[in-house]
Amino acid sequence: MQKKIWINMVLCLIIPGLLLTVSCAKRPVKSQPAVTAPVQIPQMEEEDVITSEEAERLRKPEDQRIEEQRLAEEQQRLAEEEQRLAEQRRQAALAERQKFMNQDIYFDFDKSYIRLDAQNILKQKAEYMNQHPEISVIIEGHCDERGTNEYNIALGERRAVATKQFMIRLGISADSMVTVSYGEERPADPGHSESAWAKNRRVHFDILQ
Amino acid sequence: MIKRFQLCFLCILFIVFVYSSRAVAQYDYIDITNPFLCKIPVAIPVSNAIKGTEQEFEIARKSSDLLSELLDFTGYFQILDRESFLVDPRISGPVGLNINFNNWITVGAELLIKGGVEINDDALKMELRLFDTVKQKMIVGKRYKGRINDLRNIMIRFADEIIFHLTGKRGIFTTRIAFISTGTGNKEIYICDFDGKNAERFTHHQTISLFPSWSWDAQWIAYTSYAKGKPDLYIRNINRNNSTIVSKKGINTAPAWIPGSLQLGATLSFSGDQEIYLLTEKGHIIKQLTQNDGIDISPSWAPDGKKFAFVSNRSGSPQIYIQQMDSGKVRRLTYEGNYNTQPAWSPTDNKIAYTAMHGGEINIVVMTVDGSGPVQLTYNSGDNESPSWSPDGSLIVFSSTREGQSRLYVMTAFGTDQRRLLTLPGEQFQPEWSPGIEH
Repeated sequence: MQKKIWINMVLCLIIPGLLLTVSCAKRPVKSQPAVTAPVQIPQMEEEDVITSEEAERLRKPEDQRIEEQRLAEEQQRLAEEEQRLAEQRRQAALAERQKFMNQDIYFDFDKSYIRLDAQNILKQKAEYMNQHPEISVIIEGHCDERGTNEYNIALGERRAVATKQFMIRLGISADSMVTVSYGEERPADPGHSESAWAKNRRVHFDILQ
Repeated sequence: MIKRFQLCFLCILFIVFVYSSRAVAQYDYIDITNPFLCKIPVAIPVSNAIKGTEQEFEIARKSSDLLSELLDFTGYFQILDRESFLVDPRISGPVGLNINFNNWITVGAELLIKGGVEINDDALKMELRLFDTVKQKMIVGKRYKGRINDLRNIMIRFADEIIFHLTGKRGIFTTRIAFISTGTGNKEIYICDFDGKNAERFTHHQTISLFPSWSWDAQWIAYTSYAKGKPDLYIRNINRNNSTIVSKKGINTAPAWIPGSLQLGATLSFSGDQEIYLLTEKGHIIKQLTQNDGIDISPSWAPDGKKFAFVSNRSGSPQIYIQQMDSGKVRRLTYEGNYNTQPAWSPTDNKIAYTAMHGGEINIVVMTVDGSGPVQLTYNSGDNESPSWSPDGSLIVFSSTREGQSRLYVMTAFGTDQRRLLTLPGEQFQPEWSPGIEH
């Protein structure tokens, strides 16, 4: 009988002890879900606020999306390249046009015949005009300040006309060229030296249109 | 009454007779063959202030200064320094006829000009007399009435009388000079008085305008302008604003009027060759004058209008030629140097002034119309271009770079007394002296 009492007493001690250890052991178990739970909840909340469009995208398979982006980038790159080339071509055409207009031909004092160095330049100009049949030009004849203004207007005209004749012989239509003489009235170089005079005895091309 | 009238008439007749015979006799004062070698010493004391007011003294001094300047411009006179005169520089009272000529001979004067000034409010009365101190007599005397503002005009008219009585020819005092100036940044035509005063702008094309030329009656100016982008010929009456424009293909330039008619020559190149044509003042072609491959430009007519000098490069370089109007016969005039241009036929003598390029210099040269005896008038003084004669043939106006920028200068027909005509902003070119304007 006394043995039963001891067993009951031991049980009485053990059970609450077990109960206690169980409750003690459970606490950390309980606390683990309590830590993960707050991470999952905001994720769900984020999904709720994204737009439908993005939702669509997100629904597509990831690799397809990357491919599309790559294609778009490629297309843009090609367009940019195209633009760059076009700009380059435009710059080149502009430079060619500038050269056509800026490269004057020069004459000897009181002379209107086309010198050898001038003939080569005129051939280039004729080539340009052949490539650009839409343009028409004004051929300006100029003189240096020596000599007298009246005579130089006549001399400037002879230089412009001689140049036009040379261009006609190179196959350029006479209708696309007009001449004007400025005599000594518009010097390219305002100096009073032989080097300035040499620069002023010139024929200058200007593109009309 | 009738007797009195007859007496007056006789008096006038007598005066006219005496004065005109004197006028003829006086021509030997200035030797026309070379009047500038020996200048006539002239004394111009300050005029009398008739009422003696300060204003009269001031105008008296001004008028005498003005007359000195005008006469000095002609190159005929040596204006004596007033400091050396043996008279009071401030004299009031009327101009007396009792002149102590010996006092004036002592200071070296061969001519003496005395005057009197009277001012009532704005009204100006002037009395002016020119005396020969050696012969001790009056050569000419005049009275003028006007306003104080007319002072320059009054002095110009008396100076003109003086020159007429001494040379037998009207002077240059009523003439004007057209020229090009770059003051606005463009080449525009301006017109000033013979002495460079009162310059006024004539064109407003805001581009290049060149080569003004006066008609013989000084009522028209023809010129070249780029107003339409190329050299065209403009013919304009100076009292109107609109022009006739000759704008044929090529150049339309370098006009020159023919003496005594409203016709002008100009170079046109519509045919493909630059030739001189004769045009009406309305711009219609009367006929082609030159016929030759190459440049033909810058005509200048003889006073009789029967022949003209011009520039042609038919020999390979620009040279001066003369062509007969009726026969078309052409004669070359210049053989010295490779560049002779801008002929200007003297309005009074058988002489042609032109521009010659020689050894890197550009100078004004005068030769006789047969091409003989070219005389160079400018030396070592920059580029000298565009000679133009005064209508009495005594002076030449031209442009020069002797002071750096191109400006206008005047010299006598013999190259003496070279001086600047005017000072304006920018550069000045291509002066063209007008014919005499009768008044």
